[in-house]
Amino acid sequence: MSEKLKIKIESAGNHRISHPTAVTVRDVNLFYGPTRALKDINLVIPEKQVTAFIGPSGCGKSTLLRCFNRLNDLIDSCRIEGEILLNGRDIYADDVNVAELRREVGIVFQKPNPFPKSIYENVAYGLRIQGVNKRRQLDETVEWALKGAALWEEVKDRLNDSAFGLSGGQQQRLVIARAIAVQPKCILLDEPCSALDPISTLKVEELIAELKTQYTIIMVTHNMQQAARVSDYTAFMYMGELIEFDETDQIFTKPRHKKTEDYITGRYG
Amino acid sequence: MKSLVKWIAEGTPWVWLNAAAVSACILLVTGLLLLIGVRGLGHFWPLAVQEIVYQQPDGSEVVLTGQIREREKVTAVRLRESGLDIPGDSEFVDRYLLKTGNRDILGQDFRWILEPSIKSMEKPLSIAVFEREEWGVFIGKLIGVKEAGNLLEDPDTWGEFQRLLAHANAIRDEIRELEKDRIGSVNYRLERLRLKQRGLEIRGKDSEANLAPIEDERARLHEEYDGLEKNLMRLHDELERDAIIVTTEDGEEHELPMSSILDAHRPNQMHLAGKIGYFFHTLWKFIADDPREANTEGGIFPAIFGTVLMVLLMSVFVTPLGVVAAVYLKEYARQGLFTRFIRIAVNNLAGVPSIVYGVFGLGFFVYTLGGSIDRLFFPEALPAPTFGTGGLFWASLTLALLTLPVVIVSTEEGLSRIPRSIREGSLALGATQWETLWRTVLPMASPGIMTGLILAVARAAGEVAPLMLVGVVKLAPALPLDGNPPFLHLDRKFMHLGFHIYDVGFQSPNVEAARPLVYATALLLVVVIVLLNLVAIRVRNRLSERYRGLES
Repeated sequence: MSEKLKIKIESAGNHRISHPTAVTVRDVNLFYGPTRALKDINLVIPEKQVTAFIGPSGCGKSTLLRCFNRLNDLIDSCRIEGEILLNGRDIYADDVNVAELRREVGIVFQKPNPFPKSIYENVAYGLRIQGVNKRRQLDETVEWALKGAALWEEVKDRLNDSAFGLSGGQQQRLVIARAIAVQPKCILLDEPCSALDPISTLKVEELIAELKTQYTIIMVTHNMQQAARVSDYTAFMYMGELIEFDETDQIFTKPRHKKTEDYITGRYG
Repeated sequence: MKSLVKWIAEGTPWVWLNAAAVSACILLVTGLLLLIGVRGLGHFWPLAVQEIVYQQPDGSEVVLTGQIREREKVTAVRLRESGLDIPGDSEFVDRYLLKTGNRDILGQDFRWILEPSIKSMEKPLSIAVFEREEWGVFIGKLIGVKEAGNLLEDPDTWGEFQRLLAHANAIRDEIRELEKDRIGSVNYRLERLRLKQRGLEIRGKDSEANLAPIEDERARLHEEYDGLEKNLMRLHDELERDAIIVTTEDGEEHELPMSSILDAHRPNQMHLAGKIGYFFHTLWKFIADDPREANTEGGIFPAIFGTVLMVLLMSVFVTPLGVVAAVYLKEYARQGLFTRFIRIAVNNLAGVPSIVYGVFGLGFFVYTLGGSIDRLFFPEALPAPTFGTGGLFWASLTLALLTLPVVIVSTEEGLSRIPRSIREGSLALGATQWETLWRTVLPMASPGIMTGLILAVARAAGEVAPLMLVGVVKLAPALPLDGNPPFLHLDRKFMHLGFHIYDVGFQSPNVEAARPLVYATALLLVVVIVLLNLVAIRVRNRLSERYRGLES
């Protein structure tokens, strides 16, 4: 790590992190046409921990999240500068296979987006893409993934029913099962609970706590209580800039920046 | 005044206007269906045969027999001006269109008669209507039946006649089977042999060794043909064996060979159940039989067959092409000036008059492509064209081109209705864009694709103008699908319901006989299109049922 980068990261609060690094973000700038949506982001995300991005609407937290599996590539006018290292490799390098990268970095969106297929086929989708067609292997993985997403008990008798028949919370857990079925290293959650009722939210939060033992989890949330409840680290972003990044306790009890304090105490946002 | 302003402001007139427009549409559609339904189906109902004593303009009286097909009012003035003596001071006179049949004797089979000149009218029970192979129907009384030249003594002449008719029909079926299937097949194979030999000659490989098996095969086929022909002659002789004796209204006796009679009924003796039975019998014959006598008699089966087959082939061509084009435009191409230009071009294609497609089909498909195909693959058949002339293949392709814009536009709409989150979900699992398309996006867009296909089918089945240039004919000698390999003959010309309507309605030598057929054929065309659409709509509904959750 260069001296300059170290200084930048430390100034954002990263010096306290004692876990191994999963993702390193270096001098990332992102443009939508002429608009600069992310400004000089520097960040080190720890492995097998929950990192939450908070900040007011339009601050760029979802955009940053979508950089980690290159979903922003789909937007024609989008341009990105800087480096994002996943396990030491720049994911924006020319020789990166985007499909493979996305297999390693799963994502779950705000609204559950199951495919118009059966519950079973939804979970098996990623495997089938990889060319796995052996029934036994599929059965095992589907069961494992559904158990991992705490959904197995609720759906084991109707795996062949349409996924649209599930409730919103169940659909969201199905989507999570679908993401972990391909055994990613990292799971991105883009406001995973904002379309769910409180009980489903609770279930998903419990699930996140369980998943972090195996996966690096990066989530975007609007709900500060949620960030405080489930995350280990929190990044506060404002107008495309990373204002502060620290352990969650630290951010919510002793924020170092005035803007962070104003936001978490509800002065704006 | 105030209340009027309020009335307008509340939008009541607008509601009424909408309701009126909807009612007008419904009225038009039902009116159209009713008109072609009544006029078309009425043709199959057995009408009573009237025996009319009629006073001719010169004062003499004649006996006319026939069915009253139509009745209309004409002004008496008009008739007086044309030199007829109309008694009384009535303003209007009824006029009947009498179908007298017996074209071979009377020279015409329809005649207008004036109501005031009718002296008497009755319905003799014994009068019968004979449907014949040619010359239209014969209307007369059956007085005797000849079996093998001997007049039968049995008093139940009608029963005897029915027996002989059944016998004749059985032979006719046998002859048809022999001619169409067996002899047709032999001819087809002989023609293939000729082409094979010609092909060898062209390529300079016509050595003795190569030609010998062809000669053998040809000798064998000729032998088979001789056998079949002998059989055919015997059947024809047997068909000629019997005859009936009938009298016309003036008492004159005629002998009709059994071979010329296809069917007969005595409408004046029929009860309602019998009439209904006869109605469905003739309706079925109209659907299932081949046309006769320049399409004014017989059925329209080859036209129905041609229409459906052509539409199906068109669907096979247009769906993949349209879907692939739409997928490129929507999913792969970078949206910009170029795609905008293509979209404008596609939309404009939809507005090009169909005859222009016909001209294009003739110029490009038939002459250019077909000509090249003939030179490359069928040189042995030249100068007779194989694909270098209109045919099923080119007609289907031309219509596929014509309906392509509809399919592209609906597919694009179907694709854009798929939420972004579904695509991203698939991509996020490591699927490539192609895998996402194939496994998720296209299945979900299938209802949209089906909508396009439904519109395309509706348009293609009703199109006539371009077809006249690229392969539809008035009378096709053989169906494009038969038992001779390769079974589906894409190079053959075919018949089409839409063209059949035009042909029967405007090119027919016998206008009065053809008129009800125009309506009946139009009705069938509507039924065929509705059926094709119903099938497609069912498929679409099933698909959208499967992907129903999308809308939420």
